[in-house]
Amino acid sequence: MFLVGAALLHAGLTDLYLRYVKAGLQPLILAAGAVLIVAALATAWYEWRARTRTRTTSGDDHTHDHDQTHDHDQTHDHDQTHDHAHPEPRISWLLVLPLLALILVAPPALGSYSAVRAGTALQQPYGYMKLPKSDPIPINLVDYAGRAVYDHGRSFGGRSVRITGFVALDKSGAPYLVRMALNCCAADAQPVKVALTGKIPPVLQPDAWLQVTGTYTARVTHDPVNNGPIPYLNVTQAKPIPVPSDPYDESWNN
Amino acid sequence: MAITEKAAPPGPAPHDERPGGADTTEHAERTDHADHAERTGRADRPAGPVGAARSEQEGWHLNSPLVLTLLLLLVVVFQGPVRGALAKPVMQSWMTVFVAVVVQALPFLVLGVLLSAAIAVFVPPSFFARALPSRPALAVPVAGLAGVVLPGCECASVPVAGALVRRGVTPAAAIAFLLSAPAINPIVLTATAVAFPRDPEMVLARFGGSLLVACAMGWLWQRLGRTDWLRTPAHAHHEGETRMEAFWSSVRHDTMHAGGFLVLGAMAAATLKAVAPAEWLRTAAANPVVAILALSVLAVLLSICSEADAFVAASLTQFSLTAKLAFLIVGPMIDLKLFAMQAGTFGRGFALRFAPATFAAAIAGAVLTGAVLL
Repeated sequence: MFLVGAALLHAGLTDLYLRYVKAGLQPLILAAGAVLIVAALATAWYEWRARTRTRTTSGDDHTHDHDQTHDHDQTHDHDQTHDHAHPEPRISWLLVLPLLALILVAPPALGSYSAVRAGTALQQPYGYMKLPKSDPIPINLVDYAGRAVYDHGRSFGGRSVRITGFVALDKSGAPYLVRMALNCCAADAQPVKVALTGKIPPVLQPDAWLQVTGTYTARVTHDPVNNGPIPYLNVTQAKPIPVPSDPYDESWNN
Repeated sequence: MAITEKAAPPGPAPHDERPGGADTTEHAERTDHADHAERTGRADRPAGPVGAARSEQEGWHLNSPLVLTLLLLLVVVFQGPVRGALAKPVMQSWMTVFVAVVVQALPFLVLGVLLSAAIAVFVPPSFFARALPSRPALAVPVAGLAGVVLPGCECASVPVAGALVRRGVTPAAAIAFLLSAPAINPIVLTATAVAFPRDPEMVLARFGGSLLVACAMGWLWQRLGRTDWLRTPAHAHHEGETRMEAFWSSVRHDTMHAGGFLVLGAMAAATLKAVAPAEWLRTAAANPVVAILALSVLAVLLSICSEADAFVAASLTQFSLTAKLAFLIVGPMIDLKLFAMQAGTFGRGFALRFAPATFAAAIAGAVLTGAVLL
């Protein structure tokens, strides 16, 4: 439990947690980690105190504990018979698994595999923020997709845009630039896809992050998975970039 | 908790080394490592507790930290052999979803555990006797409405409901609270409103439908429920303890216990998310009846946090509003993660009877509310 708390703190203090949950959960994760550590220390202290106490008096509370074993449920007899010596139930050993996964492995954020399997989750935006005057316009991938499909690219005014996302190839090998949109944690992450056309780099590695500059085209295709709209982007330039610290799009959380 | 104090010194040492090493290695290698960790963990676990229990009977006290330390050492030592065996994207995305569900749910679980410990230790039973109407039939809707005040997702409500039962609240009322709290609190309703900007009646339908089903299940329990189905884990020691001691031991016990079941549920949910095909959803959407059933089953299998499920429902564009409502009502009441946690808190016999009944009641409630409001 101390380890779980420490692992939570570790993930919360570094950017690691951004691979799994939304940024807004950080204070909660830190608080939970702190509580777990405090609980662990408190139990350790009480146990130590109880042990020194039972050494002076003779502990007769074990008989009391054995009364509790009214059922022989596999998961419970352990903690109920040995409540004082080792109170953790057997099931809690499972907590070691995410611990190992988180600390030793730190699995990467969801990538092209999940993106291709799920349909695009593009929704009509409630409104459009004013775009910066620059050319190319730095814009969020989800924002671009929304404007391209539902605003027919009017707000771009013929300027080019620059978007960031990772590459995914569908079954026919068609390239998409994808950003996973996240509401709470990676379990509910859904892809928003933009199909690439024009000057596509000759070699595309799935999961590679690209910063793509291109212009709006009116062409729209439909996702074979859920029939959702996928806009195209006419690529003029693409350059590889490192994975951003927050790989998910969280624009829906506001 | 002996785990913590004793395993802590040997524990961090391997940990601190690993991430450093993993950072320098390349991506694929990390995955192998992951899978390996997975395997070793699985292979060792059955041996661990059994060994622990056996040696405990012999009166040896240092075993569970010892087993944990051995486990960690084994994982570090045997990371190489299975390299390349499971570097598949399926495994990667499984691990990511698994860790994400656990990391996301733990803060809420801790919140619920703290609340439940506070209820168990600091709130006298007489408080509930006064706060709730004495007739169980009336206490059910009151408890259901009280769910509004628990801000959080479903992981928090299970330990709290467990504490309520231990504190002498009628199980029927506690069940109504358990079912309604994750679905009708302000955070979840706001999220629903944001996810369905063009269908504000969805919020009302979710609120009404969830409350209806929660009360129905409460009354059903009152009519048919038997107390021997319900087994709340007895908290063995309360005499001779200070209140703080009882508080922390309750926190510790509930976290370890519910946390273990949470992990179990997260594994199931991650498996389905990573393996189940998404295509069948499209064919299911064509038939209205099948659509409702399909989304209800999906809600159970995905085990999405109730604060986020509205967005997922909104993205299932090809389904009818009633089917989405079924998704939103079923999800917070019963899913794989919740089933595992309920089985841990209230006993397997309870969960096995309760889960199907809730599932059926939730679908019926969703269809009814959908017919009236949507």
